[in-house]
Amino acid sequence: MLSLAILVPLIGAFVLALWTSASTRAARATAIGVSAVPFALLVAVWVGFDASPEAPLFQHLEEVPWIPALGVAWRMGVDGIALVVATMSALLFVAAAAWPIELGERAREYYAWILFLAGVSLGVFLTLDLLIFYVFFDLSLVGMYFLIGRWGHGDSQAAALKFFLYTLAGSLAILLAILGLVLAGDGPLTFDMRELIARQPLAGMDLRGGLVLLGFVFGFGIKTPLFPVHTWLPPAHVQAPGPASTILAGVLLKMGTFGLLRIPMAMMHETFARYALWIGIVALVSILWGALVALGQTSIKRRIAYTSVNHMGYTVLGIAAAGSLVAGHEAARALALTGAVVEMVAHGLITGSLFLMAGSFWQRTQSYEMADYGGLAGVAPKLTAAFILAAFASLGLPGLAGFVAEFQIFAGTFAVHPWLAGLALLGILVTAALFLTMVRALFFGDRKLPEGRSFPDLSRSETIVMAALLALVVAIGVYPAWLLEPIMASARILVGGAG
Amino acid sequence: MPIGDVLPEICLVLAGVAALLLASFIPQPRQGWCAAIAVVGAMASLLLCLNQLGDAPTASFSGAWALDAPAIWARVMIAGGTGLVALMAPHWMAGDRRHGEYYTLLLFSAAGAMLMAGAADLLELAVAVLLSSITGYALAAYHRAWSISVEAGMKYFLIGAFANTLLMVGILLVFGMLGDTRYGPIAAALAESTASPLLDLGAGLIVLGILFKMGAVPAHAWMPDVAEGAPAPSAAFLTVIPKIGAAVALARLVALFPAGVLDLRPLIALLAVLTMTLGNLAALWQQDLRRLLGWSSVSQSGYALVAVAVTGRSPEAMPALLMFLLGYAVANLAAFAVVTHLRGRTRIADYAGLWRDRPWVAAGLILALFSLVGVPPLAGFVGKLTVFLAALDGGYGWLAVLAVANTVISLFYYLRVIGQAYFGEFDRPVNFLGWPSGAAVLVAGSLTLLMGLAAGFALDLFAAATSLLHT
Repeated sequence: MLSLAILVPLIGAFVLALWTSASTRAARATAIGVSAVPFALLVAVWVGFDASPEAPLFQHLEEVPWIPALGVAWRMGVDGIALVVATMSALLFVAAAAWPIELGERAREYYAWILFLAGVSLGVFLTLDLLIFYVFFDLSLVGMYFLIGRWGHGDSQAAALKFFLYTLAGSLAILLAILGLVLAGDGPLTFDMRELIARQPLAGMDLRGGLVLLGFVFGFGIKTPLFPVHTWLPPAHVQAPGPASTILAGVLLKMGTFGLLRIPMAMMHETFARYALWIGIVALVSILWGALVALGQTSIKRRIAYTSVNHMGYTVLGIAAAGSLVAGHEAARALALTGAVVEMVAHGLITGSLFLMAGSFWQRTQSYEMADYGGLAGVAPKLTAAFILAAFASLGLPGLAGFVAEFQIFAGTFAVHPWLAGLALLGILVTAALFLTMVRALFFGDRKLPEGRSFPDLSRSETIVMAALLALVVAIGVYPAWLLEPIMASARILVGGAG
Repeated sequence: MPIGDVLPEICLVLAGVAALLLASFIPQPRQGWCAAIAVVGAMASLLLCLNQLGDAPTASFSGAWALDAPAIWARVMIAGGTGLVALMAPHWMAGDRRHGEYYTLLLFSAAGAMLMAGAADLLELAVAVLLSSITGYALAAYHRAWSISVEAGMKYFLIGAFANTLLMVGILLVFGMLGDTRYGPIAAALAESTASPLLDLGAGLIVLGILFKMGAVPAHAWMPDVAEGAPAPSAAFLTVIPKIGAAVALARLVALFPAGVLDLRPLIALLAVLTMTLGNLAALWQQDLRRLLGWSSVSQSGYALVAVAVTGRSPEAMPALLMFLLGYAVANLAAFAVVTHLRGRTRIADYAGLWRDRPWVAAGLILALFSLVGVPPLAGFVGKLTVFLAALDGGYGWLAVLAVANTVISLFYYLRVIGQAYFGEFDRPVNFLGWPSGAAVLVAGSLTLLMGLAAGFALDLFAAATSLLHT
């Protein structure tokens, strides 16, 4: 089932790449249909997921040998955390494929790359083998490189190049760290995550453990992105087409935080606990830096891009709090971890929607400058409503998804590192300010678009996609239990079982 | 003296002679048939090598000829690679007056590379290096009327003559100090001897002679010129085939010297860093794809040296070296096959829009370059993965870190080509050579992908090749 969720989009991508006579319409329909398959499969897995306290951490296991000489196999399986993040990603891929965009003559290849990215991204979340994880992690860079470089605007090839160079540097650091991890300790060579979580191969190794952790934090920090290695993000986002930005922010950034909690936090928790405070401080700097720099941006897309640095900072803060002790404060740490995962889902849905809408601005007027707009509430009420809802969710208004996540992160972190949580709260204030000023500049006040320039409201397909994404944002905010249950089950095992 | 132990080499030489005889009896326009002989001869040689796997490891010819798994696998790659090069050549050489003889040189040179891989005697090593070099000079300068080709051959010859002379001096010194040239007696003598500066110098000079064949610092300067100036099939051959034999020969030499008397590993590690870094930095801003591939071949030699540097320190070293060489060979041959297929098109800017005109050829190029970077799941990725693994396992973690940093640098220049080919818009009719070079692109390109996906299979085969024979 999990393998199918990965293979179906990959096969779809292959078919689209070879189907030279496909029209744009047919390619788009194929992409929507094929990307809906993994979403449906994952929802089915979710329904069948056993979240009871006696249930094993990883479920729906599959295993086929690949490189036996190195202990590498096609191992698939999910815990509650991987399941919700993967399902959210699968949904975002459907939204990205369905979002209308002007592509010109090579539309078929665009949809092929979207499907390719869908397959490899789900592979990152669903695999239980470190090397397969790395393979999919790297392939996601290749797909995104081509999407940004070919279908972006402005100096998109330079942005794509910068993106690839930065993130490949990060992923190679991860590769070395993975090798350092699997070579440590006794027993035969294996890349099996379950086995490595059980073995804790680096326990008791100070220097080596520190270096391996540094490799992981550096690599995943670039991807997340954390200050000061976040500088690839704004150009990549600004030059990428809207749906690609959505995938980048909603799915690819999650690979950084997901990797952080899946690998170093789970497989070397002693070392992680020793340095967790430092990771928390880096997260705090990212939170404040991202918020303040976002406030200074005049372009819609750059502003949203920097809020990603801020929001992913909250996630890392939650992970750092969850992993900061080997024993004690289990409830608070499980709460922080749950919050971090909910933040991943919430940020994916909210920022994903915001980037899709930013793409609509570009489709209509070829401008991202906030100063060019104003007074749009009158001409585009649906867009206004959706944007304001997403913006409020992003700044953490109670009753929406962002609040659920941030509340849990802060509550959990407060028990472990009160002053970190206190300082990070400042970030929320700045975020509120930056979203409110952006909403005011775009939708209220005087209309600044040239006379006679029309600004159509959301089209029918845009409305459907937006309604689906934002309905989930509200649903998580109002009744989060269905989302929290699987996450809580895994968080308890990861935090409690770590001691 | 079982003659069967050198059957693959004999097969190559016989095919070379057959091609030469045929070329002297049939008219020039039909000499493409000699390519068929070369391909068949190379494939037969490959099968004969595989047939030897069951007997390994043995030493024959009074201990001068090591028939162990690393040597056999290196010879399998050499034979297969030579067959691919022969497939690229017929339409490229069609206008050359001495078309048929080209394959003879190719096959003789491949036999020299094979001898390097199996040599367990310093004199045999010298013979192998010379056979491979002298035919190599002629292959590089095959277009006698074309000054760039002659220049490439000349440069190759000058550096080669110097390096080969130093190799002989080194062999002389080691022979003088230890009283034998066969590896078995050398190992026995080394076990009782102590460090001596003359021995150090001799070993260093032998290493230098082998590094010349690998195109590694400090004897690397011929590589970019040959890649740019030699006929494209020759460039494909000379950047790949001798390197395979030389890398195994170097690993055998490194393992020969006990660490207590003379540890060559730190020296090799240092040269690996220099080779990788210099090759990558020089490739960064090249405007000529073939020159870029030449410098990239230099840097790839550096990664191979990383595996050589941990020979004997990690059981993973030898399988890693073989896997890396396999990945490098198929990817580099695929890249040069594309260059050949496009009639030797050189400027990177001319590759703009290749994806739109010929998606399959462009896909071959992009796969090859991504494999050279080490993007999974291509063959080059598994090669680099195992090399990094061996380096960490062998206690050379810093070397692995530098190799990784170099990989990031290398991505930049490979992407310059990939970006042009995929994003570029350029409308100019593309000229192609005929089907043989297209078939070479197809074979090498698919192998680049398949050897990655089926890496488990390849690594299982190489897993037996953990130790080198010295007796």
